[in-house]
Amino acid sequence: MEPTLSVTTPTATAPPVTPARHRDAARAAGLFAAVLLLAAVAGLSIAVGAKQLSPVEVWHGLVSATSPDHAVVHRMRLPRTLLGLLAGAALGVAGTLMQALTRNPLADPGLLGINAGASAAVATATALLGVGTVQGWLWFALLGAATVAALVYAVGGGRRATPERLALAGAALNAVLYSYVSAVMLLDAASLDRLRFWTVGSLAGAEFATVRAVAPFIAAGLLVGLAAARPLNALALGDDAARALGARPTLLRAAGIVAVTLLCGAATAACGPIVFVGLLVPHLVRALTGPDLRWLLPASAVLAPVLLLGADVLGRVLGRPGELQVGLVTAVLGGPLFLRLVVRR
Amino acid sequence: MTVLRTPGGLSLRWRARSLAVGALGTLLVLTLAVLAVGGGDYPMSPADVLRTLTGQGSPAETFIVRELRLPRLATALGAGAALALAGAVVQSLLRNPLGSPDVLGITQGAATGALVVVVAGGSSLALSGAAVAGGVASGLLIRAVAGRHGLAGHRLVLVGIGVMAMLTGVNGWLLTRAPLMDAARAVLWLTGSLDGRGWAQAGPLLAVLAALTPVVLLGGRALSTIELGDDSATALGVPVSRVRQLLLGTAVLLAAAAAAAAGPVSFVALTAPHLARRLTRAPGPNLVASALTGAALLLAADLVAQRAIAGQQLPVGVVTGALGGAYLVWLLAAQRRAGRI
Repeated sequence: MEPTLSVTTPTATAPPVTPARHRDAARAAGLFAAVLLLAAVAGLSIAVGAKQLSPVEVWHGLVSATSPDHAVVHRMRLPRTLLGLLAGAALGVAGTLMQALTRNPLADPGLLGINAGASAAVATATALLGVGTVQGWLWFALLGAATVAALVYAVGGGRRATPERLALAGAALNAVLYSYVSAVMLLDAASLDRLRFWTVGSLAGAEFATVRAVAPFIAAGLLVGLAAARPLNALALGDDAARALGARPTLLRAAGIVAVTLLCGAATAACGPIVFVGLLVPHLVRALTGPDLRWLLPASAVLAPVLLLGADVLGRVLGRPGELQVGLVTAVLGGPLFLRLVVRR
Repeated sequence: MTVLRTPGGLSLRWRARSLAVGALGTLLVLTLAVLAVGGGDYPMSPADVLRTLTGQGSPAETFIVRELRLPRLATALGAGAALALAGAVVQSLLRNPLGSPDVLGITQGAATGALVVVVAGGSSLALSGAAVAGGVASGLLIRAVAGRHGLAGHRLVLVGIGVMAMLTGVNGWLLTRAPLMDAARAVLWLTGSLDGRGWAQAGPLLAVLAALTPVVLLGGRALSTIELGDDSATALGVPVSRVRQLLLGTAVLLAAAAAAAAGPVSFVALTAPHLARRLTRAPGPNLVASALTGAALLLAADLVAQRAIAGQQLPVGVVTGALGGAYLVWLLAAQRRAGRI
């Protein structure tokens, strides 16, 4: 090939550095688009099911009490969709917080055993105390989640935690807790029948009472998490640098663990241990917003429900005439994505 | 370390402590075995047990011992040894004290295979076969995803954890597809139980163990070398990549065979090699001592499980899970204090 002589002349256009203000405008527009997407998926979640509703019917069912679809929308689809929104936001923000706190791109409340802790507590409450409602499970789930969060963190090395150590500590505790849960189910057939459907992770059968019970906890967790975004950005530089920038790493970790516990405990109590949402969403969102947690956290809170509700709708479509539990859909879709992430690293 | 050299140039070296641990371990296993055979709804004194085993018992005693209690004993010992060997190999290859076939998703794969059979309503023979197939399939999946050079260290752990989480979701779903009675049977199997195990389960397990133990023991020397690091091992003439593939394959088969016979009993694979290392204080994978410890551990756990709650038999997996969990937390805390992990 004949060598071509190329002369680069300095052009008069602006250098490829976007001013911060433009970048923020782009992110805000992206966040707005995400909110629109979420609204669309939520509408889909109200429309799709055993009785298909057209957009017009969805709207009438929502606003008019005389609509023939009022009962379907208000008794079944709306609470289910709201629960999906809350649980999705909780899992997405919890995952992002975990990844920031542990400085580990593979951290996830499910993999780190926090959901399993909530499961074990719920199983105990069901079998020994006969608790059978979500409101009753809530406190036990929170307690279990808190205990296991502290345990994984302590066992995984505390301040000297590394990704592998935490992952292994979480996997080991997961194994213990699941063997405990199956032992409980084994000794009591009634608990088995109730718990086996809860354990997969499902939004089916959601009621307004459930939504009302978990909403305060998830709201509190979201607030704490979002408030911690700025100092957590500093923590990404390492504890010493964070301290130099005025953050207090130990306090920050404690606040983060409280937030994760509230979010995961409430979400798990309401719809069972759902894996992979908390892990995947931060990665997908990070590709859009970059690593700044002030954008990453809100964007995760918006896009994680898109994923969860999307998986739920997919489960309703694929599993006809019944439905597939959302936990199965997220595991089967999320697993390969997780593996791809690991292999590319 | 003691070395014996013959004039012909052959040499044999051993550690007195390891030998003593091996001898004591064998003695412990034998004692537990006599207790296990003697215990149950028809209690027999140790003297009766020994008499029956040598062929001088009454016909009823002979039937109970040969057809009911010996196969259960053989399954416990075989599964314990197989799991412990698999655990020792995986820990050594990963150079990670927390590695085990559980963490790599092999046992979940076996569980998926078994659950498919339970949901479809197959025989217990089909269940065992499907468990082995599931375990091997998830081993192959991990191998395929991690790639040829991904079998070392972190990548394998993370791939295994991903596969494990995925299969856990699938298993939970399969459990909701079965009728309640079958679901209860499936949970019993998933916990790991030795109830009603006959020679049909014990036989294949012992055969697999007999075939694969020599492979693992022959690989033991290479394993100790690989623990020094891949570069050093290659420099010392060990074909690291080939040895790793062969031994990981063996570990997968051992774990799958144990799961097929006794269900995915948790934590024996994780704890037995640690206990063995603490007892022998020898470096390297401590294969023989691990196998003995695993066998003793599972048998002792089964004895506890049969007697813990009067009138009710717990599945052995519950006992190993509880003991293993406590041990694991203690181990992690101790290692952290010592600054090792």
